[in-house]
Amino acid sequence: MDRMVSLQGNLMADILSFGIAAFNSALYGRKATGRVPGLFDLQKTGMMVKSTYAGNGSSIQTCSTRTIPEYRVIQDEPGYLMSGEAIRIGIDTGGTFTDFALSRDGVFHTTKILTTHQAPELAIMQGLDDLMKATGCRPADAELIIHGTTLATNAVIEHKGARVAMLTTEGFRDVLELGSESRFDQYDLGLSKPAPLVPRQLRFTVSERLAADGSELLPLDLAAIEQVAEELKKHDIDSVAVCFLHSFINPEHEERAEQALRKHLPGIYISLSSRVAPEIREYERFSTTVANAYIQPLMDSYLKRLREGLKQAGFGCPLYMFVSNGGLVEVDVARQFPIRLVESGPAGGAVFASHVARIHQEDRILSFDMGGTTAKICLVDNAEPQKATLFEMARAHRFKQGSGLPARIPVIEMVEIGAGGGSIARVDSLGRITTGPDSAGSEPGPACYDLDGDEATVTDADLILGRLEAEGFADGSMRLNSEAARQAVRDKLAVPLHMDIPLAAYGVAEIVEEDMANAAREHATESGKSLTGRTLVAFGGAAPLHALSLAGKLGIKRVIVPAHAGVGSAIGFLLAPVAYELARSCHVRLTDFKPGVLNKLFKEMSEYAHGIVVSGAPGRERTEIRQAQMRYIGQGYSIAVDVPVGELLKNDAQSLQQAFDKAYINLYSKLHDGVDVEIVGVSVSVSAHLVFAQPAELAKTAVTAAGIPPEIDHGATLFDAQAGAYADVNVYSRHALQPGNYIPGPILVRDKGTTVMVPQGHAVTVAGDDSLIIERE
Amino acid sequence: MINKNFKSSLQHIEFQVIWRRLISIVEDQARTLMKTAFSPVVRESGDLSAAVFDPQGRMLAQAITGTPGHVNSTAAAVPHFLSEYPPAELKPGDHLITNDPWIASGHLHDVTVVSPVFLADRLIALFACTCHQLDIGGLGQGPDGKSVYEEGLYIPVMKLVDRGEVNQDLLRIIEGNVRTPYEVRGDILSYVAANETSGVKLLDMMREYGLDNLDYTGNEIIERSRQGMLEEIRKLPKGTTHNSITLDGYDKPVEIVCALTVADDEISIDFAGSTEASTKGINLVLNYTQAYANYGIRCVVGAHIPNNTGSLSPIKISAPEGSILNVQRPWPVCARHIIGQFLPDAVMGCLAQLLPEKVPAEGASSLWGVQIRGGPEVDASCNYDNPSADGRRYEMLIFNSGGTGARPDQDGMSATGFPSGVRAMPVEVVENMGPVVIWRKELLADSCGAGKWRGGLGQVVEVGTIDESPFLLFAMFDRTANPARGRMGGEDGKVGTVRVKHGKTLNPKGVQLIEPGQRLELLLPGGGGFGDKGQRNAAHREQDKLASLVSD
Repeated sequence: MDRMVSLQGNLMADILSFGIAAFNSALYGRKATGRVPGLFDLQKTGMMVKSTYAGNGSSIQTCSTRTIPEYRVIQDEPGYLMSGEAIRIGIDTGGTFTDFALSRDGVFHTTKILTTHQAPELAIMQGLDDLMKATGCRPADAELIIHGTTLATNAVIEHKGARVAMLTTEGFRDVLELGSESRFDQYDLGLSKPAPLVPRQLRFTVSERLAADGSELLPLDLAAIEQVAEELKKHDIDSVAVCFLHSFINPEHEERAEQALRKHLPGIYISLSSRVAPEIREYERFSTTVANAYIQPLMDSYLKRLREGLKQAGFGCPLYMFVSNGGLVEVDVARQFPIRLVESGPAGGAVFASHVARIHQEDRILSFDMGGTTAKICLVDNAEPQKATLFEMARAHRFKQGSGLPARIPVIEMVEIGAGGGSIARVDSLGRITTGPDSAGSEPGPACYDLDGDEATVTDADLILGRLEAEGFADGSMRLNSEAARQAVRDKLAVPLHMDIPLAAYGVAEIVEEDMANAAREHATESGKSLTGRTLVAFGGAAPLHALSLAGKLGIKRVIVPAHAGVGSAIGFLLAPVAYELARSCHVRLTDFKPGVLNKLFKEMSEYAHGIVVSGAPGRERTEIRQAQMRYIGQGYSIAVDVPVGELLKNDAQSLQQAFDKAYINLYSKLHDGVDVEIVGVSVSVSAHLVFAQPAELAKTAVTAAGIPPEIDHGATLFDAQAGAYADVNVYSRHALQPGNYIPGPILVRDKGTTVMVPQGHAVTVAGDDSLIIERE
Repeated sequence: MINKNFKSSLQHIEFQVIWRRLISIVEDQARTLMKTAFSPVVRESGDLSAAVFDPQGRMLAQAITGTPGHVNSTAAAVPHFLSEYPPAELKPGDHLITNDPWIASGHLHDVTVVSPVFLADRLIALFACTCHQLDIGGLGQGPDGKSVYEEGLYIPVMKLVDRGEVNQDLLRIIEGNVRTPYEVRGDILSYVAANETSGVKLLDMMREYGLDNLDYTGNEIIERSRQGMLEEIRKLPKGTTHNSITLDGYDKPVEIVCALTVADDEISIDFAGSTEASTKGINLVLNYTQAYANYGIRCVVGAHIPNNTGSLSPIKISAPEGSILNVQRPWPVCARHIIGQFLPDAVMGCLAQLLPEKVPAEGASSLWGVQIRGGPEVDASCNYDNPSADGRRYEMLIFNSGGTGARPDQDGMSATGFPSGVRAMPVEVVENMGPVVIWRKELLADSCGAGKWRGGLGQVVEVGTIDESPFLLFAMFDRTANPARGRMGGEDGKVGTVRVKHGKTLNPKGVQLIEPGQRLELLLPGGGGFGDKGQRNAAHREQDKLASLVSD
């Protein structure tokens, strides 16, 4: 039962190899002996602590007290051995660009090309070809390709999915339309709710009914299903969602309906709610199932084409899909549950940040990804991004909770706000500066792009403040027009505010940073976590310009700007584990604790998840995390509490109660004595890390070394709001910096497409993996 | 190049940041309260308020929550607290409490906790929160009390915590008077914790900006917000308009009469002429009347301006004492939301005459909450002394919404709450909570008012029990005799119906028995239409027909 102890016990025996051990020892201060037969896997046992019980049976909820993480090297077994030339490739198909990251012996090669929307596989094949030429690799050298795509998300947003129908319980035709019967904005009389993916005329009902305990109240009317099948034929339906009430507790009616439909419509895609999202709450479950059905034909044909294309190009290696919870699944799983591909791009960024956390041995980070239109913030503890089980797709108002279609899938939890470089700054009728949520995008873009944009944006403010330089923007491909920026900021802000232009620009930066800081604070409160003492990991084009001010507002003293930050998601894909996560609803009171129900559920879920992961990562060490959703009876929200892997006994009620108390106090400071606690759901997550090597990323080698300062590239001026004047600063070029360099601020570091601002009172150190570590002096 | 006034510009930017932070702090507090609450209306509909005040009792920021009943009732409450306990009598570690309906939000179930914040022994701010309790003793939540004394325990303004010492006597009295003592005690203490946490965040911010008071910030917030509202008001056509609404009422119709006057620097509403107080607990205190009326205005005028003493000040609302909209102690007030939910319709009817292209038609407005009770008190076959699993007493409240009024540029929303922000509970969750079966819950075709834009549809809801046992219905449904009216030539929505399935029509108000094996069937009202139906877009009409929402 106690996996952790055995893992630690085996730690030394598992540590292998001279070179690797030396690396390991250099990296983590551990002495190791042995030899490596092939490749190795680094896993942080701290992540496993989360999954397991200590000997006394009490759950360890968090590991925040641990400061020095322990790593273990797991011997690889035949499977995806990385030979000297073996390579892995991550591909992130985004809305504008398709990003590629190729790792060879832990060294990353990256590239990006424009996405081909009609057939995204074309850009992929083109990019792979470029990448092979640039690196001199051959397709046969690839041991693994990992792919994430916005295709699924976009199909839902743009209503470009299949002709899909829904079969549901009689009397419940409108579950998708009723939703929660509420409005997502209390003051907006003109709001529109998102339209269901299946119009009412394609929502068919059939007589059947289960009770809350899964027993049958009305039998399934098979004859009626035959009639529905005829209707589906008539309407030329490609894909159907079968959604019956209470099916999450008893799938029999749905399964029989599936058989009956298959008989009449052999080629049709069928999604069952009891398989796609077997959890209580019909609106969320049906919405998820319908979305799955909606994108399934599209994703299926795309993935087939992609696989065919790869095979023809000589890529014989396995293809894995990166899913929304930051894990990998085989293509066949993705074809069955394409809904899990939704929102995988941003998740890749969070996995990238987690990787940075791991190699820098940062227990608690705040991942901060700021691009052209949005900023995404994610809490990462012990190199594990925070997870959630509900996501909203296709929001009518992008940043308003409740305005989208719910998908009950495991996701990496992030807050996204409309704050990016292109966010438009204005003065409202109360004289308040506002930024976003609308963005000038890339066309016309900020005023300084000189593409006829006359709105003042965050990027324009950055340019005026001297944080961004006119020369060298976007790898030198673009020169920014300072005069256009000044004019826009003057007209839109400085004049109405009766302020000088630089101060108005400073106001814009302050407000966008305050909005992000508030989003981070509110997210932390909701998660019951603190921001103090965290390290900020900043990536995305606009993040390095604002990271230090944001950190200041949040009381954060240490900021890491990693290398390769522009293609973070694609790199994140390469670092993700093969993982599967599922959740089920149940009802168990602690005062009347019946472990049988839980044991049965856990066993079923565990076997299912292990089955999926083992086929994707044969021979790999698998980690299993079990959790229970618990709450006081009478409360509406539940919290996740870790449960030991293994058979639960009657007296485990006590340890579960203790674990719940601890988690509850952590979140809300106070307990409710005398109120019973209940378990309303359980989840199982199984993961297995694939090979990954990173000898080039010796983050710790030189962090403290005060190396020889590199040459100053040139001089510039930076606006100092407190002094009300511009001050001279030195500008360094990032590619001239070497590990070990130490430079006190204020300075600017010009990077590909962006600038890192190191203010007065801070200093930057270049780490072994070329990360910039900026700390308050 | 740099103006020598840059210091004042800098201070102004700082002020803007602080304003945002204050709003963020109270929003954060509201969300925490929703997550921890035991009361379903707090967590499902956000029936709570969280706000920060300056030492003069002026509200500086308030969280936006799901029910309009708190729009300005919290703002009105804190000055009462300060007159009972002037700043000189407040000490660090104090927390004040009351549930006085006439001080805060209109019924005993809402408990308000106010907590002063000190910086170097000087009072700099107060945080307040008001939350609905699961139970407050008395008859329970419903309109059947004949006076406020029957409606539960009354807690005058007093110290709940005195310099860090919790008033245990008070807590014991509360625990001894409510049906769910642990939950109510836990909820009340969580308000103390929430206010304290917000206080710490405020002090952190003041340290960050080196502030020792909020005077400048407070004055700026209030003045800018007031000016912002005045600017919105100045854009409106001037004049006085009148409207009246007839509601089913409890035992006799209720008339809400209002006159709205737009002047240069204020909007005033007078409810003179409205029906006199009811003997049932559907009466409103003035605070609550003002909150709902204010909400109706703010949806149309200045919706983007944050709620604070400044933005609330140009709106004046009065109702004659003794009318159903302004009762005094000890009139019963427990179920005041039933009438309150129609006040936005009443004032928006006045605004529509000034702004015909901005105001929606009337909607179902009142929530159709199905309150039922079953078990031994209802079913003689159960043994009360020895309750088996089947014989347990249960009490359930299942929220359902009718249709909203058509908008000037789009259809109304079907089965959606307005003005209430209530969220319906999933059927699967309801059926796990008690022995009920919801046999049907779907849109009700043809229930909307026709128009260029049609109203939102109502819904049909069918409720039975799994073992066919009888149950009691505590009916509290409106718009069964008085439809949601259309606007600008749009037709009225359909009225609602309460009946036994395949059986008799029931009374929309009062306690009634649903016999063994019978099912309750509710047809919820639809929203009114907007504009002439002859102008309806042909594609929209076709789509409605295709979807069987409208038959012609």
